[in-house]
Amino acid sequence: MSTSPTTAPDALEPKTENELQGSSHRRRHKLPTPGKVVAWAVMILILLITLLPFYWILRTALSTNPGLLSDPASLNPPEFTTGAFERVLGFQSTEDALAEGGSGATLNFWRYLLNSVFLATLVTVCQVLFSAMAAYAFSRLRWKGRDQVFALFLAGLMVPAVFTLLPNFVLIKQLGLIDTVLGIALPTMFMTPFAVFFLRQFFLGIPMEIEEAARLDGASRMGTFFKVILPMASAPIATLSILTYMAAWNDYFWPLMVSYTDSSRVLTVALGVFRAQSPQSGTDWAGLMAASLIAALPMFLLFMVFARRIVNSIGFSGIK
Amino acid sequence: MSSVTTRSSRPPAGGPRDTQDPPKRRPKDDTRIALIFIAPAALGLAVFLIWPLIRGIWLSFTNYNLLTPAEFVGLANYRRLIADPIFWDSMKTTVYYVLLNIGIQTAVAMVIALLMYRLTQSTLLRGLVLTPYLVSNVVAALVWVWILDTQFGVGNQILGWLGIDPIGFFTDSAWAIPTIALVNVWRHMGYTALLIFAGLQTLPPSVYEAARLDGAGEIRTFFSVTLPLLRPIMALVLIMTIIGSFQVFDTVAITTGGGPANATNVLQLYIYDMAFDRFQFGYASAMSVGLLIVLGVITAIQYRLSRADSSDMS
Repeated sequence: MSTSPTTAPDALEPKTENELQGSSHRRRHKLPTPGKVVAWAVMILILLITLLPFYWILRTALSTNPGLLSDPASLNPPEFTTGAFERVLGFQSTEDALAEGGSGATLNFWRYLLNSVFLATLVTVCQVLFSAMAAYAFSRLRWKGRDQVFALFLAGLMVPAVFTLLPNFVLIKQLGLIDTVLGIALPTMFMTPFAVFFLRQFFLGIPMEIEEAARLDGASRMGTFFKVILPMASAPIATLSILTYMAAWNDYFWPLMVSYTDSSRVLTVALGVFRAQSPQSGTDWAGLMAASLIAALPMFLLFMVFARRIVNSIGFSGIK
Repeated sequence: MSSVTTRSSRPPAGGPRDTQDPPKRRPKDDTRIALIFIAPAALGLAVFLIWPLIRGIWLSFTNYNLLTPAEFVGLANYRRLIADPIFWDSMKTTVYYVLLNIGIQTAVAMVIALLMYRLTQSTLLRGLVLTPYLVSNVVAALVWVWILDTQFGVGNQILGWLGIDPIGFFTDSAWAIPTIALVNVWRHMGYTALLIFAGLQTLPPSVYEAARLDGAGEIRTFFSVTLPLLRPIMALVLIMTIIGSFQVFDTVAITTGGGPANATNVLQLYIYDMAFDRFQFGYASAMSVGLLIVLGVITAIQYRLSRADSSDMS
């Protein structure tokens, strides 16, 4: 939903970066102590602003709605319960749900979760594979018109994502794929210019000799790509896959256009509907926060496993 | 038009694109296999990027309601756009949002980046500041709607302890846009900070040495050394964040839905309403083209600025 992330090729040259950091670290002059105290205080304040809302989601999700309304500022969950999670996941009886301030209506949460997983997986696997194939053709194969076609892909980087949404909606409608997960997936399933561009840079850095050795051993082009190039570029491919998965998982605008019913509704859209559905009697905040937490959880887990890779990948790819 | 480097804002001239081509001793032509490799991505580019781009522009010259075939109407949509006060109002709202969002976000991100650069290289810290970026716009919007709820939100409770009357952050038309801008600052500041941080790491340490020997203090060093050297990178960061900011939709749709009284009717929201509530795809497309032009102009201006400034680096 926003412009393409800038991600710098990092995995192939971790040494250079460490050296850089090391030397700059040694030469950096020390802050005076009072300045350092203030600096740390500001940093801690920023971290609090960053992290406290997440605590507030958890605290709210573990409360009952009547408790939240009678005790809006307590740090601990008022009337601690896991009822909101049970309610969202469909394990709570209607009476209990009403008692805790839920709407009593059932939420097809598992379906939305499944749709989100299916969508993000489909987009990630296809986009990364097809982009890698194209990147290979642009970096390692010799063919007529290569540079012109590559320039066309690069020009695609300049088109704001939001401009193609309306015409793509018309196209998906004409294809009869409205309200299907495939319809949501299609526009980003084949490639993004960024993914092609990103992987091409890495493929250019893989020594030619390795590929030629494989070719001398009788491997076909296809075999070389799958058995040599892809494994050697596994680090950037993993980074790209995570970023793609996150983007597909978190997208809201496009799925909102394409999906109308539970059959294709993904979590982000479901959360929006959940919020809009809340009756005047009061929003089911505990349920909403529990649902938000579950929706965000897979991204947190991904991040915990790959944090270093994701953090280090954010830099400049120098796209100008 | 494009080039890539690792951790450097200024790639060497001449385009590194061709430097690592296969050696000349193997002049084999791979056209056949290349076609297979390129086919899926080329299909995606043609069908879901180039074709929609052309079609979007074409639709802007038509009347189209999805049900009957598009009917060419020349410049009628653009004439309507120029005379549409709601369009200009939402353009104003969007620009106001972008100014607040980008202004605050860039300043805060710069502070975070400098603090990280000067205090610690900790990956944990960098990971922590990135956490809001991991959740969707929808989740970010929801949690802040709850925290800032007029009656039961903890934000207004705290204000109450300070003796301040409750503020309708999302329901008061004067507060709604600044609040939405701040919600998105919260979600994006860590990411932007890491971009700037990466830029800081490219600056040569020797200039800091020199500044220190000349007796420059922290603040003086920042304004006289860091900021000028960082200008090309900041220009790049600004291009990306401004383009993203202009496309704001999710947060507004979740929090206010354009209200109160159109106070947060940003351009994307108006375009969406026009297309999906009123089925005027032609007019909606014309407004999209308008936004495309605005973004193109901004990019061109900033691209020029960043180029003009790049001599600062050496």
